[in-house]
Amino acid sequence: MNEINQVRKPPVATTGIIGWFRINLFFNWTNSLITLFVIYCLYQFIPWILDWTIFSADFKYNYLGEQITNQEMCSRNLDPENGGACWAVIYVRFYQFIYGFYPKVEVWRVNVAYVMLAVALLPLLYTQLPYRKYFLYFTYIFPVIAYFLLNGGLGFTEVSTNKWGGLLVTLVLGCTGIALAFPIGIMLALGRRSKLPVISMMCTLFIEFIRGVPLITLLFFGMVMLPLFLPEGIDMDGLVRVLVAVTLFQSAYMAEVIRGGLQAIPPGQYEAAKSLGMSYWRMNLLIVLPQAIRISIPPIVNTSIGLFKDTTLVIIVGILDLLGIGRGTLADTNWLGLSYEIYFFVSLVFFIFTFGMSRYSLYLEKKLKTGINMGAD
Amino acid sequence: MSEESIISLKNVNKWFGDFHVLQDVNLEVKKKERIVVCGPSGSGKSTMIRCINRLEEHQEGSIVVDGIELTGNLKNIDNVRKEVGMVFQQFNLFPHLSVKENITLAPIWVKKMPKAEAEELAMRQLEIVKIPEQANKYPGQLSGGQQQRVAIARSLAMNPNIMLFDEPTSALDPEMIKEVLDVMVDLANGGMTMIVVTHEMGFAKTVADRMVFMDEGKIVEEASPDKFFNNPDSDRTKLFLSQILHQ
Ligand SMILES: Nc1ncnc2c1ncn2[C@@H]1O[C@H](COP(=O)(O)OP(=O)(O)OP(=O)(O)O)[C@@H](O)[C@H]1O
Ligand SMILES: [Mg+2]
Repeated sequence: MNEINQVRKPPVATTGIIGWFRINLFFNWTNSLITLFVIYCLYQFIPWILDWTIFSADFKYNYLGEQITNQEMCSRNLDPENGGACWAVIYVRFYQFIYGFYPKVEVWRVNVAYVMLAVALLPLLYTQLPYRKYFLYFTYIFPVIAYFLLNGGLGFTEVSTNKWGGLLVTLVLGCTGIALAFPIGIMLALGRRSKLPVISMMCTLFIEFIRGVPLITLLFFGMVMLPLFLPEGIDMDGLVRVLVAVTLFQSAYMAEVIRGGLQAIPPGQYEAAKSLGMSYWRMNLLIVLPQAIRISIPPIVNTSIGLFKDTTLVIIVGILDLLGIGRGTLADTNWLGLSYEIYFFVSLVFFIFTFGMSRYSLYLEKKLKTGINMGAD
Repeated sequence: MSEESIISLKNVNKWFGDFHVLQDVNLEVKKKERIVVCGPSGSGKSTMIRCINRLEEHQEGSIVVDGIELTGNLKNIDNVRKEVGMVFQQFNLFPHLSVKENITLAPIWVKKMPKAEAEELAMRQLEIVKIPEQANKYPGQLSGGQQQRVAIARSLAMNPNIMLFDEPTSALDPEMIKEVLDVMVDLANGGMTMIVVTHEMGFAKTVADRMVFMDEGKIVEEASPDKFFNNPDSDRTKLFLSQILHQ
């Protein structure tokens, strides 16, 4: 009896660190070869990149101890053997990267808006937040506050949008595009599945048209054609035109993603909702959409990340987002030739935001999976 | 008034494409009557009762529920659905909501009941179906029998005059069938008007006031349980009964 009841342990070599290494890195000879090759590459690359970006890099002063004001003073230009990255360009142009050409006296308004954006995102990111309801109210009115803060009005001096630039424009385009496209996309998805042929046809046409056209074309369309549709005398702001184009583009993609989620909802859910006397809108708002959106979180975040990066295309119509400012700096004779530094920095900023979104989606998925067991049928 | 039908189907016809699924169906149900519908698979039982709360649309004939005729009029449909509760074979609970929320949702949003009152009501309904301790779980955490009882409680919370059951125990393991049937028997004894599609003949014998046998879209036989089980008129009914009772 005792022998049978003894707990049998798994073979030593498959557990612990050694086991992990053996199974995952040195399972057979091809596997081992690849592992060794990757280790060799990392060994070559990591010290070099650390040296270039940090240890040998200039941040504000070059190796002679002078404050850098143009590219000729960078260590790597003074002594090619000696220098790493020349981050001084970011340091000197930091204001433009973050605010564009926003007037210095008014820049506190942008800073307040940045902080408010973070506060507005809080209740969306942490559902456990105390007083979440009140934070959510703030989230809803934040766009209005942000509009007056950034643009002017209500006693604030007007700052025309052609002075906006850098991260400010990237965030305004990305956040507005994503936030507006979500409800519009939901309406389009519901419309496309509607039993009323006119509505369904219109939504389908809209989605297919927008999806079939490159974003650049839409941006040109917004810039050139949109004003033609407006009544005479009404002049539409350049940034707003671009925003319209970006929002339309994102709405079409969002609609298809959400439609995918809607298709996964079993017909029994609709029947149960109807048999309880729910109207079309109640049924969709309370029963169908919450489930459909939950299913679609990964693709929703995926298209949102896509849009956030695609906002860089506005450079084509002359709006200077983060990348636009970077390219403008490169064209400045003072900073010619520092493309590594500038593109590295711009990439890093984009990566921080998109990586954040991606982690957020993972967190949501995990939470919804563990909190609620949707495996009813 | 009590003699009048609460549900009345007159010459109801329905087609799925070219397929004539309901053929001249006539059925009168009085208040507090319990009807059990049976028949072979594909005979149109589900389609018939789903026409009564307009989950399916009939194309000819008339269906009147509690004095309201079912036509394209959306207001009428809403009103009928408030009168009629339905329980499905697959339970169809809302998986993203807790048991309590499943039950309070419609009272709060359709009947505009205050939340506290709706929650009290939900707990009362859960007592009736004997699972008050499950109130805060999610449907995916319950057994099939428990889920079906929640579905019954959810329907009852809307205080319907009529309950439709479409094979409520067919998706259940044998040991859970009884707990659901017990709840339905209680409901029947409480005077609910019920139409039940089921092949649980034991249940039919104890509860039914009238048996309805369907085949190929028609009502072939309508009789008291006593006559139906012992001395049916139609040969098709005899064949069906011999199959179902001897399996
Ligand atoms: N939406 C639909 N479209 C086309 N045909 C359908 C549809 N729903 C049901 N049918 C057909 O109508 C017939 C009757 O279906 P119904 O579900 O009413 O049968 P039933 O008597 O409930 O059978 P079961 O005992 O298998 O549930 C079947 O042949 C079925 O294939
Ligand atoms: Mg059926």
